Amino acid sequence: MNQTHDDGILKVRGLRKVYGEGSKAVEAIGHLEFTIRAGEFVCIVGPSGAGKTTFLRCLSGLLKPTEGTVILEGREVTEPPADMAVVLQEYSRSLYPWMTVAANIELPLKAVGLTKTKRKKRVTEALHSVGLSDSGKSYPWQLSGGMQQRVAIARAIAYRPRVLVMDEPFAAVDAQTRADLEDLIRNLRSELGITVLFVTHDIDESVYLGERVLILSSAPTCVLKEVKTNLPAERSQLITRALPEFASLRTEVYETIQYAKGVNYYTAQPQPENENRDEGRDKVAT
Amino acid sequence: MKRLGAWAFFTFAVPVVLIIAWTIASETSDTIYFPSPIAILAVFPDTWFSGAISGDIFPSLSRLAAGFGLALIAGVGVGTLVGMLKPLRLLLEPIFELFRAVPPPVLVPIIMLVAGIGDGMKIAVIAFGCVWPILINTVAGVRGIDEVQLDTAASYRFSGRLRFVSVILPAATPQIVAGARQSLAIGIIMMVISEMFAATNGLGFNIIQFQRLFLIPEMWSGIILLGLLGVGLNAVFKIIENRLLTWHVGLHAAEK
Amino acid sequence: MAGYPVSRPFTLGLSADHRAAPLIYGVTGLLLLATVLQVLPTVGVLDSRYFPPLTEILTSLSSQLSSADFWSALGSTVSGWLLGLTIAVIIGGVGGILIASFRILDRLLSSTVEFLRPIPSVALVPVAALLFGTSMEATLLLVVFASTWQVLVQVIYGVRDVDKVALETARTYRLGTVRTIRSVMLPSLMPYLIIGVRLAAAVALILQITGELIIGTPGLGRLISVAQSSAAVPTMYALVLVSAFLGVLINSGMRMAEGKVLFWHASIRGDQK
Repeated sequence: MNQTHDDGILKVRGLRKVYGEGSKAVEAIGHLEFTIRAGEFVCIVGPSGAGKTTFLRCLSGLLKPTEGTVILEGREVTEPPADMAVVLQEYSRSLYPWMTVAANIELPLKAVGLTKTKRKKRVTEALHSVGLSDSGKSYPWQLSGGMQQRVAIARAIAYRPRVLVMDEPFAAVDAQTRADLEDLIRNLRSELGITVLFVTHDIDESVYLGERVLILSSAPTCVLKEVKTNLPAERSQLITRALPEFASLRTEVYETIQYAKGVNYYTAQPQPENENRDEGRDKVAT
Repeated sequence: MKRLGAWAFFTFAVPVVLIIAWTIASETSDTIYFPSPIAILAVFPDTWFSGAISGDIFPSLSRLAAGFGLALIAGVGVGTLVGMLKPLRLLLEPIFELFRAVPPPVLVPIIMLVAGIGDGMKIAVIAFGCVWPILINTVAGVRGIDEVQLDTAASYRFSGRLRFVSVILPAATPQIVAGARQSLAIGIIMMVISEMFAATNGLGFNIIQFQRLFLIPEMWSGIILLGLLGVGLNAVFKIIENRLLTWHVGLHAAEK
Repeated sequence: MAGYPVSRPFTLGLSADHRAAPLIYGVTGLLLLATVLQVLPTVGVLDSRYFPPLTEILTSLSSQLSSADFWSALGSTVSGWLLGLTIAVIIGGVGGILIASFRILDRLLSSTVEFLRPIPSVALVPVAALLFGTSMEATLLLVVFASTWQVLVQVIYGVRDVDKVALETARTYRLGTVRTIRSVMLPSLMPYLIIGVRLAAAVALILQITGELIIGTPGLGRLISVAQSSAAVPTMYALVLVSAFLGVLINSGMRMAEGKVLFWHASIRGDQK
């Protein structure tokens, strides 16, 4: 992989998010700190209620963190960055039902200001690479769930981001479709050479897809553990999942998550990744 | 063929019977208030087709179009702004409800006072009567937009204009159309009333003139013309609505 | 909302998400409106001949409140409205149930209904004036014609809705006609009927005032018309204000009744099970 960037394309530094004020304050993120190198495929898993959505909204510039920064390509994220595309779990809500599939994919390209010919070309390419060449004129609601999520992915890759962020994108599709989509996203990643940050609650999925898996604690969230997968770059649903390394990685992640359900930023054992946390901070009720 | 025959029977049977009954009733009695349909039909062409189309129908309809159009622009524009800003919405909503509760006909004497009895007054009356349902529905529509849809627009960095045209406006369209349908009915009422109250031309003016001059068949022909206009405008509205909301109907059918 | 860099809109020292915010913001808004209506005519931005300051309108309103004419006009308006609405609910309710229950009636009448419904009721103003002069029946005709459709259409929807969802169940449990109507049709019909009555109430008020204004039947509308032609501008605004309050009262009253009746309907259904 192209690990030429010394200090990473995406850096999260001391991120903390508290909702509300005073006695009713709820701390969603305690302290998040990690770095992703260019071209990497990183999965994030955590127990339910780990503040993953809050974290992603901070990361994508939709929500202002209480403390800390997100740095994308050396610049602090204060608004949705141009080099990032986000694919959400709720495909039926993120695609606009009043537009055809092709128009949905084209819309962000209009916002960038591409000419019409360039837009059409990119839409065609993107639809082709997700295997939906014939569906451009359909409306999203005429397609199955899996196909709608392919459209959302096509919209993201047509945008040509450097970082692709995915929030439990396959949680709402059936198992067979899910396996197809997992392979699709692996292939697209190696074709386009983009960086992928993939949030999921599925342990197998995180091990299968990622080169590195970050395991989060319960809220207030921190990174509990980082697992390098070291699986072969070429992955296959049948072969990779049958590897003994896969099974042991799976167990490792599983055990950490079971442990994570009971701990948060304030009660977790110190990990190498987040030693420099600020112990003097006021503790807020979880 | 048989089904077509059945359709024709069920569609036209009652109207034909009603018209025949009316004809017989008025021909055999000596009421002057209910002339027979034959008499009404006889005066129809002379009353409305000789210059009245350009002199009365056209002014009426263009005032309605202008007033309704103004209400649509103002209602959607202000409604979007208010729907997007929660403090503004909380501040203004009771005021909107108060204005909506004013029975629109009482606007006629007020606006007449300010704007005289010209076209400006009539357009203002129609616009002021029509704007509230559109405005209130737009606020509700914009307020109800799915946050994921707005987040998506933000994360792809849509400009304000693109966000308005491609996301906010279409998302609120079903509600806006529902408001516009209420407004159209009010608009037609306001068009006729403003002309009955004070005018020198227009449908409402003529119908009242005929009544005052006891030209009863002519008066009835005007009433029927107004009815036809109401039916026609409603049909046009339905066509536009179907075009605008094809996706909405499809989406709901798919969700079932 | 969209991205956090968007500058924060104004607040009244109280977050718009606070529980009491709707009340405090709403009252502030109405007070602002009142101030504007008072200040603009006083300083001359608005011509005070056409837009008298709010205090002048309120003074005129208070003198209206002590005049017998005003109260009798208000009585005429309210009783005309209520009578028209009642007749419309009866005609629309019975007609709607009949049309929706008998397919033959539905097929025979739908073209006629579809044609008559969009006819603007004000088209009937001259007929009403010819038939009844300036007596209250003239306006009653307009009110009934306009508001019957609202009830009729909703009741038809309601009965059709019952037909699809619950009637087959009733049949499989062999419930019998009376019991079916009482325990299946009426409860399911209720929400539609209430919506129909609410819409009809609003339309009825519009036509009530219209009739008074244009035909000259007794009521608030006629007083407004008289005030306008005698250039009693503050009185005219005072009367318009009263009609607006009447509208607000009817709207909110209908909404409350809707809540009450639907609550009753839900609880009755709960008790029976």
